[in-house]
Amino acid sequence: MRITCPICGERDRREFYYSGHALALDRPAEDAGAEAWDDYVHNRDNPCGETRDLWYHEMGCGAWVVVTRNTATHEVIATQLAEDTS
Amino acid sequence: MRFSGLRVIKEGLTGNKGWSAHWRDPSPKDAYDVVIIGGGGHGLSTAYYLAKEHGITNVAVLEKGYLGGGNVGRNTTIVRANYFLPGNSEFYSHSLKLWEGLEEDLNYNVMHSQRGQIVLFHSDGQRDTAIRRGNAMRNQGDDAELLSVAQLRRMVPYLDYDQARFPIYGGLLQRRAGTARHDAVAWGYARGASDRGVDLIQNCEVTGIDVEYGKVTGVQTSRGAIRAKKVAMITAGRSSQTAAMAGMRLPIESHVLQAFVTEGLKPCIDHVISFGMGHFYISQSDKGGLVFGGDLDMYASYAARGNLPLVEHVMEAGMTLMPMIGQAKVLRSWGGIMDMSPDGSPIIDKTHIDGLYLNCGWCYGGFKAVPASGHCMAHLVATGTPHKAAARLRLDRFRTGYGLMDEEGTGAQHNLH
Ligand SMILES: Cc1cc2nc3c(=O)[nH]c(=O)nc-3n(C[C@H](O)[C@H](O)[C@H](O)COP(=O)(O)OP(=O)(O)OC[C@H]3O[C@@H](n4cnc5c(N)ncnc54)[C@H](O)[C@@H]3O)c2cc1C
Ligand SMILES: [Zn+2]
Repeated sequence: MRITCPICGERDRREFYYSGHALALDRPAEDAGAEAWDDYVHNRDNPCGETRDLWYHEMGCGAWVVVTRNTATHEVIATQLAEDTS
Repeated sequence: MRFSGLRVIKEGLTGNKGWSAHWRDPSPKDAYDVVIIGGGGHGLSTAYYLAKEHGITNVAVLEKGYLGGGNVGRNTTIVRANYFLPGNSEFYSHSLKLWEGLEEDLNYNVMHSQRGQIVLFHSDGQRDTAIRRGNAMRNQGDDAELLSVAQLRRMVPYLDYDQARFPIYGGLLQRRAGTARHDAVAWGYARGASDRGVDLIQNCEVTGIDVEYGKVTGVQTSRGAIRAKKVAMITAGRSSQTAAMAGMRLPIESHVLQAFVTEGLKPCIDHVISFGMGHFYISQSDKGGLVFGGDLDMYASYAARGNLPLVEHVMEAGMTLMPMIGQAKVLRSWGGIMDMSPDGSPIIDKTHIDGLYLNCGWCYGGFKAVPASGHCMAHLVATGTPHKAAARLRLDRFRTGYGLMDEEGTGAQHNLH
């Protein structure tokens, strides 16, 4: 699997650190309550098919990249800097 | 059909023509007391214990593929009870005890081989942890022995002890740990359940779960609708999709785990050996193949095959630990889908929907759990209360923080367990 870092270009997957589903970016408000925080920290849609997850280009430029990817075929569909998604 | 020594000899002399199918192949009925979704190890053992321990036999196991075609037939077959934290330790201890009586109970040769598992350590800190873990194992009533380097060198002379990066400081041995023939475990439970009246229905995919007024009423399947008083979701790597049919989101992320087997070799590795630094583990099958594996591929995946970086990583770890295997030819590699929970521990619980039960989160360690998982799940489904060995394996522990069983101490990221 190869991932295109929006800054560095196409790179080996091993340059990146996987950090789970990109919903990590949708942080609840501090006072959102236990239910919302439990959901945010632990629960996942976990789709078989297209998903968005968060990768850190640790052996490259250090950017956080949102990768749109198919979990059944391992096809990488699109990548975007996390800071550009909000 | 029962096995016996006499029968084996008789069949051997008469061309093995008298063996019959191990389980019936029924068509689905309109309604059951209990429907189990998933014909893997855990689904089959649940069905078996429901019938055997609780006399509940109006049960169907619905399997979308063939029985034993999932992870129960893809794992590296290691069976052990060396868990550390309360909640897990009593559960896996319970499971190992059930393993020890399993062949007699099932009248089935599952080739349970208590050859011993050695977990190596490579630093003073790891040694301390191993001592603590060993004490915990003994406190839970299981066996554990600390091995010095000198003892290890006598037992397993072929390891690279003095390597520069990860010199071996010793090992923690559990003699009662070992391996079992994974397919036979599924087949043994399947036959035992079928003989007691459970309908095992293959090529039957569950596509919907029917809920009315907060109570489960049945399932939709590729072979029609089936009504049920109780439904148990026991679908390992597919847990999220199954739960989604009931409108639930789970604390699960699916990951691929790979394994490898070499050509058959003469007996050379007598134990299960785990390399504490490289996450590499190996044993030799009864056919002679070296069976080994390592880490997850580390990102969410439903492809029952892996990617090459992890293949390389596992081979490197193996070569670091035991250079002698370098000439062996790898015959096959494959992957299975793991239902990774954020604390690395399983879930056996009721859901908020009346009559709907959940069994998931086995991560990469659920094969050894097959007997206890079924035993405890059957208890829960039959009585409505958790079995004492699984009392802490609750779904709400993430929200409440009560009984949180973070076996590796790595926090809430699914791929780190
Ligand atoms: C490479 C590898 C090595 C491993 N090594 C070990 C080990 O050494 N020791 C250990 O203890 N554990 C190990 N494990 C983990 C262990 O195999 C799993 O945790 C365990 O097998 C999962 O439970 P199961 O057997 O019931 O799952 P499965 O056999 O996967 O059963 C789930 C079943 O549900 C069915 N299903 C899913 N969705 C539906 C649906 N909608 N309708 C009908 N049926 C459905 C599937 O087809 C499948 O047959 C390993 C796993 C892998 C992949
Ligand atoms: Zn980059």
